[in-house]
Amino acid sequence: MRKTAWCSVVAVAALAATLTACGGEAPANKDAAAASGGDGDIKVGILHSLSGTMAISEVTVRDAELLAIEEINAAGGVLGKKLVPVVEDGASDWPTFAEKATKLIRQDKVATTFGGWTSASRKAMLPVFERSKALLWYPVQYEGLESSPYIFYTGATTNQQIIPGLDYLKEQGKKKIFLVGSDYVFPRTANKIIKAYAAANDMEILGEEYTPLGHTEYSTLTNKVLQAKPDAVFNTLNGDSNVAFFKQLNSAGVTAEKMPVLSVSVAEEEVKGIGVDNIAGHPVAWNYYQTTENAANEKFVAAFKAKYGADKVTSDPMEAGYNAVYLWAEAVKKAGSVEVEAVRKAAGGIALDRPEGLVTIDGESQHMYKTARIGVIQPDGLIKEVWNSGEPIKPDPYLKGYPWASGLATG
Amino acid sequence: MEAFLNQLPIGLSIGAVLLLIALGLTFTFGQMGVINMAHGEFIMAGAYTAYLLQDLTGRMAVIVALPVAFLVAGLMGLILERAAIRHFYGRPLDTLLLTWGVSLVLQQLARDLFGAPNVQVQAPTWLQGGIASLPYNRLFIFGLAVATVIGIWAYMNRTGAGRRMQAVMQNRQLAAVSGINTARVDQRTFFIGSGLAGVAGVALTLIGPVGPALGTYYIVDAFLVVVAGGLGQLRGAVIAAAGLGLLNSYAEFWSDASLAKVIVFAAIIAFLQFRPQGLFVLRSRALT
Repeated sequence: MRKTAWCSVVAVAALAATLTACGGEAPANKDAAAASGGDGDIKVGILHSLSGTMAISEVTVRDAELLAIEEINAAGGVLGKKLVPVVEDGASDWPTFAEKATKLIRQDKVATTFGGWTSASRKAMLPVFERSKALLWYPVQYEGLESSPYIFYTGATTNQQIIPGLDYLKEQGKKKIFLVGSDYVFPRTANKIIKAYAAANDMEILGEEYTPLGHTEYSTLTNKVLQAKPDAVFNTLNGDSNVAFFKQLNSAGVTAEKMPVLSVSVAEEEVKGIGVDNIAGHPVAWNYYQTTENAANEKFVAAFKAKYGADKVTSDPMEAGYNAVYLWAEAVKKAGSVEVEAVRKAAGGIALDRPEGLVTIDGESQHMYKTARIGVIQPDGLIKEVWNSGEPIKPDPYLKGYPWASGLATG
Repeated sequence: MEAFLNQLPIGLSIGAVLLLIALGLTFTFGQMGVINMAHGEFIMAGAYTAYLLQDLTGRMAVIVALPVAFLVAGLMGLILERAAIRHFYGRPLDTLLLTWGVSLVLQQLARDLFGAPNVQVQAPTWLQGGIASLPYNRLFIFGLAVATVIGIWAYMNRTGAGRRMQAVMQNRQLAAVSGINTARVDQRTFFIGSGLAGVAGVALTLIGPVGPALGTYYIVDAFLVVVAGGLGQLRGAVIAAAGLGLLNSYAEFWSDASLAKVIVFAAIIAFLQFRPQGLFVLRSRALT
């Protein structure tokens, strides 16, 4: 009995492995064309973590993307066809992202996919999309040093967020920095860049600490930070860890005046869970805040609250996800088809007035021109902009324009 | 040196958190042998109880919630035991799958009821600040853990119900033929064990995130404490929690958080090689 059970487990596992292997190999560009044919609908994939440690952040991006699809449909759809979202759960588990991406491309035959948050999930999906020659729109700021022909990056790359953040700390006279991050590819690569920047800009890195995703015990780390006595902390923690980190930092008596903690993954949505008491006054670096002033943002905030509730907030990754749908739709209109290569070709140079301001697709890197904004968290939980770059910054994922970063792209 | 000394109370306070989350398990897993994967979700239920009470009681929610969360999580446990687990006694692997499924259902339920993003439970103002490297909220958790241990000890050794529970644990058949209603004892044990998870959940709102995934962050640690301490052994759990807390804090101090986890896991694996039954063993003449 026991033996048979084990045998069937092994057999199922082997079968699953074979299926995934076959699933990935075959070219799927025909499927993209199939998505536009027939019944007058265009299927698009939405792939975020709706469960697990990243759900706190990714669910809101899904909501924003669904809102964009709804708005586009209400305005007549794309090429006269309605967009039909196919929503999948990546479950905060990177292999699951690859598996669900394969499912969306091969089984649902979606025209494009909007999805991912952590870089680990993007790195897991990248080979799937490249092999199948399918499109992914990735809506979150990330560590750069990547430019896949089948991914459009609608969040910031490092020179639109992390480097402006460091410039801001430097302007504030913060010379001794402590680095705290989650233990995966984004924080580690971001910190490599930060260290190179520090070396070239006469800043000192006093310590560099990583904790596993989902880590909730920060008393030891707080002790280490307090012993090092930095001027500021650069925080690349992701997900629920931020809540534990800021709660425990605050109860250890760290205030924003004494030691500001600059975060690049804490937006309006996360502030609510952390508790404003614990984080008010600390700076963050993004490209968009709910308080960003322009007509497109007023409309976005109002529409989002109308659909999901007046107590909801909007944040940078949500806005980037919302933009991604519009930018893709614009590229499809320009190309006259949802065929991947045509859309890619048409996308370059598309410029739209978005809630964050003017966003232009850089055809070469498939990243966006974005305005960098530094904000400070207010007692009401919203973020007030205190600095911006004045104009959209050209995306430079490999930091070719920064001499101090010359060793990074290869390393 | 100062930082080194600071790690000592930090280690003990980590131990107190571990102990709080594991105490309930020493009942359900330790005494009854039920591998309850939904224990983490009872912790979550306790945390959300504090969140809901906030509307009524404001910043005192954490205090008021302690007994309420005990009842809420305890009742959830009781329902789980009555509706499902009692049909699976003596089948640990099936129970594991069953309770794991229940834990997923409860997580999704929390997500639907409260939304995926974390919520905030405001700590009482008098818990802000601290002495040296030890915040008051950590001291509060430490005190709560101590009080809970004393309470459990008194219950198990000074009340009839507690002694009946021990009797059932030591020899179920003999207890049954002596006239103890073992099914009722099981219900009560499960109620208390789950209720303690609720209490732990309230305490965790002071230091960690309050979200649907809350339970998943603590469930593994809770099992480690119970396994290392010896099944059903209160003092084993206390010593194992303190030891793991200190090991964790110093390992992280000398290396980093990821490596500290590896060190703790490796230490437990090595320890169980020599003492597979944990720190303390229940001596029993039962034929099991």
